[in-house]
Amino acid sequence: MTAEGSAKHETEHSTEYGTEHKTTYREALREALRDALRADDRVFLMGEDVGRYGGCFGVSLGLLEEFGPERIRDTPLSESAFVGAGIGAALAGMRPIVEIMTVNFSLLALDQILNNAATLLHMSGGQLPVPLVIRMTTGAGRQLAAQHSHSLEGWYAHIPGIRVLAPATIEDARHMLAAALADPDPVLIFEHGALYNASGELHPDARIPDLDRAVVRRAGTDITLITYGGSLPKTLAAAEELAVAGVSAEVVDLRTLRPLDDTTVMESVARTHRAVVVDEAWRSGSLAAEVSARITEQAFYDLDAPVERVCSAEVPIPYARQLEEAALPGTAGIVAAARRVAGPTWSAADGGRSPSDGDGRVS
Amino acid sequence: MAEFTMPSLGADMDEGLLQEWLVAVGDQVHKGDAIAVVETDKAAIEVECFEDGTVGRLLVEPGTRVPVGTSLAVIETGVAPAPAPAPASAPVAVAETETETGTKAEVSSAPDADGRQPPAEPAPAHRPLPVGTAPPREAVAVGPLVRHLAEQKHLDLAGIRGTGRGGRVTRRDVERATATHPRVRVTPYARRLAGELHVDLAQVRGSGELGAVRAVDVRAAARTGPTVLPAPGPPTAAAPPSPTRAPAAAAHAAVPKPEPFRTRPATASPAPVGEDRTAAMRKAIAALMARSKREIPHYYLSTTVDLDTALTWLHTHNNACPVAERLLPAAPLLKAAALAARQVPELNGFWTDGHFEPGDGVHLGVAVSLRGGGLLTPVLHGADTLGLPALMAALKDLAVRARTGRLRGSELTGATLTVTSLVEQGVETVFGVIHPPQVALVGFGAVTDRPCAVNGLLGVRPMVTATLAADHRASDGAVGARYLTTLNRLLQHPEEL
Amino acid sequence: MTYEQALDLVKTSLTRIVPDADFTALGPTDKFRDRLELDSLDFLQFVETLAELGGCRLDEDDYPRLVTLDGSTRLVAERAA
Repeated sequence: MTAEGSAKHETEHSTEYGTEHKTTYREALREALRDALRADDRVFLMGEDVGRYGGCFGVSLGLLEEFGPERIRDTPLSESAFVGAGIGAALAGMRPIVEIMTVNFSLLALDQILNNAATLLHMSGGQLPVPLVIRMTTGAGRQLAAQHSHSLEGWYAHIPGIRVLAPATIEDARHMLAAALADPDPVLIFEHGALYNASGELHPDARIPDLDRAVVRRAGTDITLITYGGSLPKTLAAAEELAVAGVSAEVVDLRTLRPLDDTTVMESVARTHRAVVVDEAWRSGSLAAEVSARITEQAFYDLDAPVERVCSAEVPIPYARQLEEAALPGTAGIVAAARRVAGPTWSAADGGRSPSDGDGRVS
Repeated sequence: MAEFTMPSLGADMDEGLLQEWLVAVGDQVHKGDAIAVVETDKAAIEVECFEDGTVGRLLVEPGTRVPVGTSLAVIETGVAPAPAPAPASAPVAVAETETETGTKAEVSSAPDADGRQPPAEPAPAHRPLPVGTAPPREAVAVGPLVRHLAEQKHLDLAGIRGTGRGGRVTRRDVERATATHPRVRVTPYARRLAGELHVDLAQVRGSGELGAVRAVDVRAAARTGPTVLPAPGPPTAAAPPSPTRAPAAAAHAAVPKPEPFRTRPATASPAPVGEDRTAAMRKAIAALMARSKREIPHYYLSTTVDLDTALTWLHTHNNACPVAERLLPAAPLLKAAALAARQVPELNGFWTDGHFEPGDGVHLGVAVSLRGGGLLTPVLHGADTLGLPALMAALKDLAVRARTGRLRGSELTGATLTVTSLVEQGVETVFGVIHPPQVALVGFGAVTDRPCAVNGLLGVRPMVTATLAADHRASDGAVGARYLTTLNRLLQHPEEL
Repeated sequence: MTYEQALDLVKTSLTRIVPDADFTALGPTDKFRDRLELDSLDFLQFVETLAELGGCRLDEDDYPRLVTLDGSTRLVAERAA
């Protein structure tokens, strides 16, 4: 684990950062940390290599120099120990932010998260809130192979007692942390590794939707594409392609994976009558499965086609670039699924109005 | 291979009388060819087919009254049934389902009452196998459980052949009868929409996967209006006909080898004639108009149009033409109504599913009253694109055929806006009732000489009162006003129409 | 063309439009458009047929004479000569 993590540092650190106007997802996360550390003395950051190294993905670069080793703490390579320490600090009145290198390694701390962080409030009759924030990297797409590339946020979204966030935009990267720290319960923030270098304008005045709401990132009328995190850019690109083909796709960014905002999803499906869920996790037992099931439960009579899912192939994410690409949801796959669900744009009852009577399928 | 089924040709039509075949087995047919004449409550209609191919089999003989959706003929298209969502795939899939279950029924039952044995050779996949029925019974002997089951499934016990002792209908018979009814694949939203728009799903052709009916199909069906059901009512799919064997004597000469016709003796009643026909049409109009007034919040506008310029121009034109090419005032009025609809598209289209859908082109429904009462509204397709002579010719053709009962199905459907003219009846103003799901109706009263202000003096000019009844859900008064103003302006320049 | 011949043409033309027209109940000076319920399309058809059968031209200016059997017959008898 250590060797692999360290080997990755160099490339991650060599990234150029943007200008004053433009920023990156990574810088937005760092600004959020800086704000939080300045705003509240109880806030501190700890994790593997977050201090002198600047974070395995460079998020906390420079913070040690600014805030000192008391508040930017390097930890031993023991997820269970430092997450447990974070829980203890939270119980004692601090506001710890714990960074875990990737979601794969978070499994070493799963006992702490599931059996302690998520349960103590409930097992203590409300006496022991755990105001802990855990940040971790998730997702594939960077040739980090099967031990660094999985998308297990759906597993965490299964657990009552915690909140699960997936910032997919620079705005959300910049603003979700403050809201997470304000939450009296444990909050897990999943940062998709492919997003760190995403750059764009950060609008200082942008109104930030509250954590309970999913957001329509693109409005459309024919089909709803529901996604989150690292799949959002691919899904938006797919919506763009679909628009060229005459299919108006609405893109919903879930943002909060637990609790799910059913209202926004169902309102969108009620408008478009069709849905495709895009999720980089494996299909079986996935968050996509949960969203699909809820649509069937709550919007069945609005559906004009079966709900489809675009997920990763059910294999450990391969190392080889071509195989990794083939295993992950891609824009082409999203477009294909959306066109299947949208169906031909004409009606059989219109008879002669069909674009091609011989082969009705729009392809 | 495709099925040619009894179409629904008007509001509230649930069955039709096959009057005559215009083709014989082996004839080549093309999409759009009229291949049969169907008599409805309103008129005899030439019905077109939707496929290119060869007439493979005629399943219903002329003079038979069958429910909408019943297979009338098999068109061999030379294309193997495929699961692709081509328009023809729905009926194909249905036919196969029926055949499979029909085969089982045939195999498991004894030879029929008339002694016909099941076919010795393997039956072709599309062959409509006889299911057979017992002779008509006065009372069907059934137990309470079976009666309950049949009620649940909306089955007519009289149409079920009993295989129990003494011809009793058993539970198994009911289940088998249920199984032979093809299930229509419909998306949940399309099913909900069909309820809201009163569309009979059994008659909607699905464009989705494996012929599934989708919302777009329901909307199209509602727009063309033929399958509108009186609301509320049980879907007719719940009580489909039980396929039975017609008497062998009923075989028609056009069929080379007498095949069992899939008809329903119980409904093979004579065609309504005379008063029956009038009463049936009255009923159809009553249902449609009641629905319109129940659902559509009408608003009405009216304006008076000076036709002096138009009629002078018309007179000059007509004096230079042979009688056959003369124009009636109706021609410029209809053309202006169509052009105005193109310029004010908010009134040209349909109200479906809680929103307005603009029409694809301007297709004018023209109310034509029939001798002996009642009316039809044949459609001038693309009326805004027709020159006045072409529009006049089309109008004459439609009116003559509407009255002689030789309209085609497509000529009665698809209107995006209806025009009614009481020019002949000597009344000045007509406030119409909108034909759902359209959103407006334009009315013209009689052209009469009236006093009016002309250049500051009192003059006498030929005037017509143009009215608009419009759906307030789809448009507001300002839009309607824009329409009438546009109409008026257009009629002042007849040479540009 | 004799009056009788012309009357025959007029009746034939009307019968094409109203197949069951009852001429016994239609006097020579009755306005047949009302009695037979002819609308403008029907009337145009009538004029067209009459002009064709009579082999003569009938203009819009003639329409005021084409309202009764008698008027129509006289007009056709004149024109067809």
